[in-house]
Amino acid sequence: MLSLEEIKARAEQAVPGAIVTIVPNPSPANQSTLLLDNEHAAAVAKFLRDDPTLRLDYCSNVTGVDWLDRKVTKKVKVKKIVEGEEKEVDETQEEFFPGYLEAVYHLYSMSQKHGPVIVRMRTKDRGEGARLSSLTPIYRSAEFQEREIFDLYGVHFEGHPDQRRILMWDEFTDFPMRKDYEEPDDYEYEPTPHDEVLERAKQHYTPRPQLDGAENITATP
Amino acid sequence: MMQTLDPTAQPQRGMTSRLEGELLEVSMGPQHPSTHGVFRMNVALDGEIVRKLKPVFGYLHRNHEKIGENTSYLGSMPYTDRLDYFCSMTNNWAYALSVEKLAGIEVPERAEFLRIILAELTRLQNHASLLGFLLSDMGAWGTPLMYAFREREKILDLFEALSGSRMMCDYMRFGGCRVDAGEAWLKQAEKIVDAFPKFLDEFEKLIVENEILIARTQNVGKISAELAINAGLTGPMLRACGVNYDVRKVDGYGFYPRFKFRVPLGEHGDCYDRLMMRVLEMRESIDILKQAFPQIPAGPIMNPKVKIRAFKPPVGEAYGRIEGPKGELGFYLISDGTANPYRYRVRPPSFINLTILEDLCLGHTVADVMVILGSVDIVMGEVDR
Repeated sequence: MLSLEEIKARAEQAVPGAIVTIVPNPSPANQSTLLLDNEHAAAVAKFLRDDPTLRLDYCSNVTGVDWLDRKVTKKVKVKKIVEGEEKEVDETQEEFFPGYLEAVYHLYSMSQKHGPVIVRMRTKDRGEGARLSSLTPIYRSAEFQEREIFDLYGVHFEGHPDQRRILMWDEFTDFPMRKDYEEPDDYEYEPTPHDEVLERAKQHYTPRPQLDGAENITATP
Repeated sequence: MMQTLDPTAQPQRGMTSRLEGELLEVSMGPQHPSTHGVFRMNVALDGEIVRKLKPVFGYLHRNHEKIGENTSYLGSMPYTDRLDYFCSMTNNWAYALSVEKLAGIEVPERAEFLRIILAELTRLQNHASLLGFLLSDMGAWGTPLMYAFREREKILDLFEALSGSRMMCDYMRFGGCRVDAGEAWLKQAEKIVDAFPKFLDEFEKLIVENEILIARTQNVGKISAELAINAGLTGPMLRACGVNYDVRKVDGYGFYPRFKFRVPLGEHGDCYDRLMMRVLEMRESIDILKQAFPQIPAGPIMNPKVKIRAFKPPVGEAYGRIEGPKGELGFYLISDGTANPYRYRVRPPSFINLTILEDLCLGHTVADVMVILGSVDIVMGEVDR
């Protein structure tokens, strides 16, 4: 099979404007990843599927990963003028990495029997920008798995034919696989019609005059 | 013989039909004996013909992956048993294989042989009981299922003798297996494997040439090889369409390259082929087992260098997969260097095989839906996780 560098070069040549970055993997598994830019992800995936030497026609595994905002403190030696003399002083610097959500696709080739080529996409942020383009039109096997990522991580896949919750119930509002998810105190709590009725009843009863004169009528002879 | 209908074509009806053009929405399940667990299908019916089908699941969801991320690497091992509770041995193997990839662990020879023996025994009992369930769905109530369960029970007894539990085996560890199999156990296993073809012959005679079974399964739930590949089908489901893809052959994990076995392939991709795949795969599993018993070497079953307690693999990620009885079972792990995995993901074969359930069922009758669902071979413990 082609090396990742070759795949990257071919993909960038085939899809003009695409930016493919190699994300190294330090583990003994030696499975490094291609990071696709969100705009051209679908086009690159289509190229990977249809290219005659690659023929990555089988998308095995699709999954999400949550990376929180992170601060890394580093000690850096800085030259400073202390008491009129130039000295090297240790200084702590804080580096801030904004968090993002990731979708990871494991692609194999059934016709050529090679793989995996791992492809990942990153969202802009973990809030409003948690959007990626769906690869379901290219790989049907991503349909349920992307729905699962939407359900558990809250990544919106643009172009997905049927994006609904799949494992959690439809009324659920949170995303339980996120790293900062907090378990509710009461799993069973959900606003019921009963609460609404009580609320309406309260509104109905408050403006009612407390004293309307009737209480003064007594049974005096 | 059942006909495959074009899902878009309207069936011919009398002019006076009051139901002309009306679809009836039916909720099949979740509590239904032939949905193999708590599984629901929202079906839109035109008379008896399925025009739309949306699977609904998640009733058994307990967020297995989140629990895996909050547990140590070893702590997830017994929990993988509960994914596909028919095949705990292969679940263990897939997880162990992924962790071994992540940390670069070698496995001793005897352990590799034991793993193959147990995985193939698992395949035997899974396929045998699936055939029983499938026939039971078709209305052959009782007898085939009991025949299959009689054989399954023998294999589960073996598992119990070895690991202490019939179904929740928790047998494998990173870098080997938990307990060694004695001579007596191996002899007993060999005896059961030797007797298995006799059951299979009988079972095949009982079912394969049965006219009703052929009428119910042939040309039902057909799928093309192109769609099967694109939809990520794996295991017997995929090979029934004639696609030669077996992870045991392609990845050659464990000691499978040392064994001689064939990969059975279907032709039509219908329910009958899927059913036959299981029968033929059992024969190949018996072949593998017969080769394994005489070859098994003496020696350690655990890699002594591995500290399975307080186990901390290096930073990185790994995806390991095996050919489970239901298809490709994979585990995707990301390590951040601590004792818990940062990301723990299961690639459940029966969940992904369900993706095209609607395509399989369109144009068939309600009664066929049950047969098609049975031939997919789902286990809700794995689908819902």
